[in-house]
This record gives sequence, structure tokens and C-alpha cells, in this order.
Amino acid sequence: MPVIDLATTPLRELNQALHDAAAPGHNDTEFEVINPKGAHAVAVGVSAPVTVEVKGSVGYYCGGMNEQASITVHGSAGPGVAENMMSGTVVIKGDASQYAGATGRGGLLVIEGNAASRCGISMKGINIVVRGNIGHMSAFMAQSGNLVVLGDAGEALGDSLYEARLFVRGAVKSLGADCIAKEMRPEHLELLEGLLAEAGITDARPEEFTRYGSARTLYNFNIDNADAY
Amino acid sequence: MCGIVGLFLKDRDLEPQLGALLSGMLVTMTDRGPDSAGIAIYGTPAEGKAKITVQSPEPEAVFPGLEAALAEASGGSAAVAVKSTHAVITLDAGKVPAVRAALAGMSGIRVMGVGEAVEIFKEVGLPKDVIARFEIAKMTGSHGIGHTRMATESAVTTMGAHPFSTGADQCLVHNGSLSNHNGLRRVLRQKGMTFETENDTEVAAAYLTAEMAEGKNLGEALDGALDDLDGFFTFVVGTKSGFGVLRDPIACKPAVMAETDQYVAFGSEYRALANLPGIETARVWEPEPATVYFWEH
Repeated sequence: MPVIDLATTPLRELNQALHDAAAPGHNDTEFEVINPKGAHAVAVGVSAPVTVEVKGSVGYYCGGMNEQASITVHGSAGPGVAENMMSGTVVIKGDASQYAGATGRGGLLVIEGNAASRCGISMKGINIVVRGNIGHMSAFMAQSGNLVVLGDAGEALGDSLYEARLFVRGAVKSLGADCIAKEMRPEHLELLEGLLAEAGITDARPEEFTRYGSARTLYNFNIDNADAY
Repeated sequence: MCGIVGLFLKDRDLEPQLGALLSGMLVTMTDRGPDSAGIAIYGTPAEGKAKITVQSPEPEAVFPGLEAALAEASGGSAAVAVKSTHAVITLDAGKVPAVRAALAGMSGIRVMGVGEAVEIFKEVGLPKDVIARFEIAKMTGSHGIGHTRMATESAVTTMGAHPFSTGADQCLVHNGSLSNHNGLRRVLRQKGMTFETENDTEVAAAYLTAEMAEGKNLGEALDGALDDLDGFFTFVVGTKSGFGVLRDPIACKPAVMAETDQYVAFGSEYRALANLPGIETARVWEPEPATVYFWEH
């Protein structure tokens, strides 16, 4: 397994090695990154089913645009972790800074600590599971996908929400414009059970969560388009 | 952008390393602010003495005769230590008003900061060059704050660099931009505050100084800033005995903090903290928006 030491290896070499993993003739599927020391753009743009274990904390945009890879950060992540993720998994063992999972289109982002403000802003299909709390303006203009929070949510949750589903187990400080609490129907319990299992969470039950979603008064929701989300 | 660092030592054994630790933190923030850099370091106050840090664009012409020029106003107590474009004048505390008046009458010299503990050094240029020029890495002290600047609201000049000091032993560094600084400057001028620049951060510093002059402590003054300052800000504020942190309610300017038994540290990014002793086991967290944090000795 290649071990890439960011104390001695330029970041571009790391990311190039990860990009090359998708090309024919490259057989490495497991990578370890040591001494990240808050570096920006660690493991960005990976598009192969490789695993990347990052031993330490990272800065801006770790795992951005990820496609297929499983990236685990054994530390905390700076702003914009897994921004615009397409598929695959990003796991943050510590906390994540602002706009975690922003604009993500697919895949699973798991934050085992807390996420700061704007978690899941403009999410478009990504699933995000946060074991701790999330900050203010999370899921702002979130379009589709699921945001699951085991702790509390900050101010203005789900402001100007489209069709993303938000599940919060703890308290919500305030709801944003056009975001309302909704009934947990059987299909939501089933969905949440699957997401919790996928995130490896065994100490929370779907019934403990409240679902929040769009009241559909702010945007031109048309029931005929429901399948698009 | 801009980068901010701050380090508040709890363990006095680390005091000889303060300058070196802060220098390392500041240099990692170079790509957030390569225009200019500055640092404020709080040393141990000497009984009955005060320090005035001054700057001159023509240090060779101005500094050699400075001690003699201030002899009368300082009652013979002024001792001048020159560091590149800056000089630290140590004098009897009671002579500060007279010496400041004398300095105000001289040309080619500007006051950077005044107090019992603080020394302030700031210049245009890359942080590593600014650090080397003032030999910051050799400095000892109990706490300090630093700033790397990417200018937005005013020109890239020495006086536009941070930290800004508008009161004795007070200083402030800022990442962000304020939108109501012109109006607030007018209000503060009416209250008797004076301004050296058109810079937004200087207004924030003067605001806190004015609030504390009316009897508020640093925490109360920072609370007031949440209502009275409009714009984006992450502030780190130094006082004689401590330092405070405040982020605006939107909190889009980054901030991360770390605490161990030995210190409390602030950085715009984790990179700034990554080489501090014991960081692997430190409590690391992102300060909450609109929440005042402060530590005092």
C-alpha cells in the first residue's frame, strides 16, 4: 500500500497518484496519507474505487468532487469537505468546518464529530450523516438528498429548501423560511434506518428523529415533477 | 482573505519560545495574506515603566537622535532600542503623555502602540521577511497576536497593516471587512478618538477602546461590537492580561482554536496550529459565531 508523506511529498503528487489509480495498468487500491497538517485539497477529484486513509487533520476542500473512492480522515476537516461529491464515501472522524458536503450530488458523507455552519448547503443528492451538531444555515436551498443529524441543528435550518429531506434527532434552534416539521411515514423510517446503517451508527433509532422538509410555498413546486428529486 | 494567529500561554516555561512559536504560525498563513504582516507581543511589564513602539520610513535619519530629542519630555528616562524601521522607547510610565506630545510634534515618526507590556511591529512585505526584519523569533512574552494581510478596504502601507492599537496595551487584528466604518469613525471622532488611517479595522479597534474607556471589560465591549459593527469579521484582540476572539454572526471567515494545559491558540486555519507542541492531544474546535471568547492571566 503506497504511503504518501505530505511533509516530504508535494500535494500534486498525491492527487496525481490518486487520479492515476483510475487508469489501466494501475493496481494500487489502498493509499495512506500521513502528515497532512491542515493541507488544502487533499484527495480531490479522485474517480476510482480506491480507499484513502488520511492520518491527521486536513484544510479546505478535502475529498472534493469525489467519485467512487472511500476517503477517511482520522482528524478534523476544514471548510468545504466533500464539496460537490458525486459518489463514494467520505468519513471525517473529527469535526468538519463550514459548508461540509456543499452542492454534493451523490455518495455518503459521514461526520463523526460536529459540522459547522452551512452543512449541506445546496445539496443535490448527497447523503450526509452527522453524529454531533450542525451550525446555522445548514441545508440552505438544499435540493435533494438526505441530511441526518444525531445532535442539534443551529439557526435557520433548511432555509429556502427544495426537496432534500432533513432528519434531526436533537433540538433545532430555528427553522429557515419555508422549512417545516413533517410526519415520519413508514418510508421515511425505512430510509433513515438504511442511512444510519450505512454510516455505521447503531446507537440511534429512526423513531427518535424528526423529519423536516419544504413547505413548498416559496418555489414553484409542481407535484408532476416530484419524480425529478 | 487575511490570516490571523494568536497564542496565549498558560505555562510560563513556554514564554521564551513565544516569538518563535508565533513566527512559525504566522509564516504558515502567508498565502492568506502576502501583502504585509504584523505582530503584537506582550512581555512582562517592568515596574513603573511603559513602552512606546514607533515607526519611521527613514529610520537612519530619525532614530539616532531620538533619545536626546525626548530627554526633556521623558525627564531623562527614555531609552530607545532600534529594530529596523521600528524603535521601542522605554520610559517612566508617568512621562507617556509628555513624550507622546513630543512625538506628535516630530516629523517622520509614527506611534504604533503604547503600553506597559505591548510591543507592535508591522511592515509591508512577506511575513517571513517581516518576522526576520524585527527578529520576532527571539522575542519572549506571555501572549501575542499576528496578522498576514491581503488588503481590501485600504492601501497596502505600513499604517494599513495590522495589528491596530488605539489604546494602551490594546490591539486588534481582523479578517474580513466592515461596511459601516465611515459612519462609526465619525461617531468615534466626536467622542474624541483619533485615527491614523482610513482603514476599517482601525475603527473596530477604536470602537473597543472607546467602549472599554467607558468602563466595559473586553468581553462586554466585544458583545457590543456584535450590534454596532456591520460586516464580516473574525477578530482577535489583545490586552495587557489576555486575549479575546469574536466572529460575526454569519461567520464565513474561518477560525480554529486549540487549547492544552500549556496554551490557548488561534489560527485562521488548522495549518497555523499544526506545529504547536502537544497539538496532537489538544482540544481543537471552531469558535461559535457571535460568541465572545476571552482568556486572561
